[in-house]
Amino acid sequence: MRTPLPDRRSLWDLTAAAGLASARFVSDASGRVALAPGAAGSGPAPGIDMLRGRTVLISSDRQLPALLALLMLDGIARRILLCPPDLDPVHLPVIAAAAGVDIIVSDGTGPAVRAALDFPTLDCPTVVPPADAEARRGETTEWLLFTSGTTGRPKIVVHTLATLSAPLDDGLAVSSSAIWSTFYDVRRYGGLQILLRGLLGGGSLVLSQASESVGDFLTRAGRSAVTHISGTPSHWRRALMSGGADRMAPRYVRLSGEPADQAILNNLAHAWSNANVAHAFASTEAGVAFDVRDGKAGFPATIIGRTGTPVEMRVVEGSLRIRSNRVALGYLGEGGALAGADGFVDTGDMVELRGDRYFFVGRREGVINVGGQKVHPEEVEAVINQHPAVRIARVRGRRSPITGAIVVADIVIHPSGDFETISGEVLQACRNSLPPHKVPVMLRQVDRLDIAGSGKIVRSDA
Amino acid sequence: MIRSTILAQINRIAEQQMKTLAELTDDLPLLQSGLDSLCFAMLVASLDDTLDLDPFASEAEVRLPVTLGDFIKLYENAAA
Repeated sequence: MRTPLPDRRSLWDLTAAAGLASARFVSDASGRVALAPGAAGSGPAPGIDMLRGRTVLISSDRQLPALLALLMLDGIARRILLCPPDLDPVHLPVIAAAAGVDIIVSDGTGPAVRAALDFPTLDCPTVVPPADAEARRGETTEWLLFTSGTTGRPKIVVHTLATLSAPLDDGLAVSSSAIWSTFYDVRRYGGLQILLRGLLGGGSLVLSQASESVGDFLTRAGRSAVTHISGTPSHWRRALMSGGADRMAPRYVRLSGEPADQAILNNLAHAWSNANVAHAFASTEAGVAFDVRDGKAGFPATIIGRTGTPVEMRVVEGSLRIRSNRVALGYLGEGGALAGADGFVDTGDMVELRGDRYFFVGRREGVINVGGQKVHPEEVEAVINQHPAVRIARVRGRRSPITGAIVVADIVIHPSGDFETISGEVLQACRNSLPPHKVPVMLRQVDRLDIAGSGKIVRSDA
Repeated sequence: MIRSTILAQINRIAEQQMKTLAELTDDLPLLQSGLDSLCFAMLVASLDDTLDLDPFASEAEVRLPVTLGDFIKLYENAAA
């Protein structure tokens, strides 16, 4: 692990240092909180001394209470476990134990409540912390984030505010009056980047809400005068298909989380002709590596192999490797090493050089990215293989212009079996035990599947 | 032919995914049809298989459809 920057200050210190003006705010569909001292009801957070040096799990279905909890906790708590609301509560007791959670901050909702975790619990704050020095924010708080590649028990990645905020120094000129928004949940890495740009850049933040339709979100973003907004290509396709593009007028539109194809870049440039459209590459482990601002899919080959830059990138055996001060400190517990001995993180994202640009061509080991949500083929195959008439299954991705990819499966069945009947039963089993994006969209009957010398299914044409 | 195939596929996917469909008129906004993004991804894949058409993959600049009528027209133009 690296030594944190010596001049590191807390999230709240840096938010305050960017200027606390009454015009600054954070909002969601249910409420709005001023980023100003002396906001109604602001005062010393009750119970703050209980949180000093502790490992705190933040549990809330809404993002705004979680954001206020982050402002309160960074620099106070030893560790913050940021639980996204869609986390399967089944995993939470083990994760909480691995992280050493000893207190929960919650608004009475979220995964910790659903998991009925038995820890002392404090209410989420409803206002920003008081702007005083008494809070003594001397702790280098670890931020524990869930990876997006969640199969079985999710992996936890350890960051600090220093690693998380390092990408902000990327030359993206933003005025302090910027109003940031994102389709992402800010408890995921991609959303957290937008949260930090809003708070540390001196601007405001409009948060999405799970229950809200994309049309209503665009209306709210427009009414809040959002200037900078991010989402996955799938989020953006849905936004454009809603017909609600004219409800907001952003100056900056950002894509990340999935490879952006030329069609979505062109559609966005057409929908908001005055906006700068940029697509970024980031992972929870390696952080933000780069963003591409020329409106073209892929990325220029010239950024690979440069040295002395904040982010160094290589392509080794076809996959993108990254070294920078944005890389996480490591996985929590025994999740395996994050970077190699040379400090480079292997992203597992395979790239291909065509002309003077690289393009993403999928993930190593066949991980499928369905609208920004990663699907491990083995997890789906395990469900399919439980059917007594299925001899072997191979799950793979198929390109989709709507969600980037969809899940499909090739299956070998017992010769006496009826494919129609079996495929109906297999799909029902998948629907019963997998979230919708992991259920194969189609099953194809094949005579055989190749098995490699390693005993694994050959995924080369996946 | 294209129209009837699209409508049949929409009904099939909605039934399979247990989605309640709105009345399928040309001016129906796609996002109010009752289908979610995953359903549309299934629809586009199954139309690629049954009609051998993927207008989204064409070299020409394609605008994302907003209404059901836009969607059908996209496929009819791709076939023309």
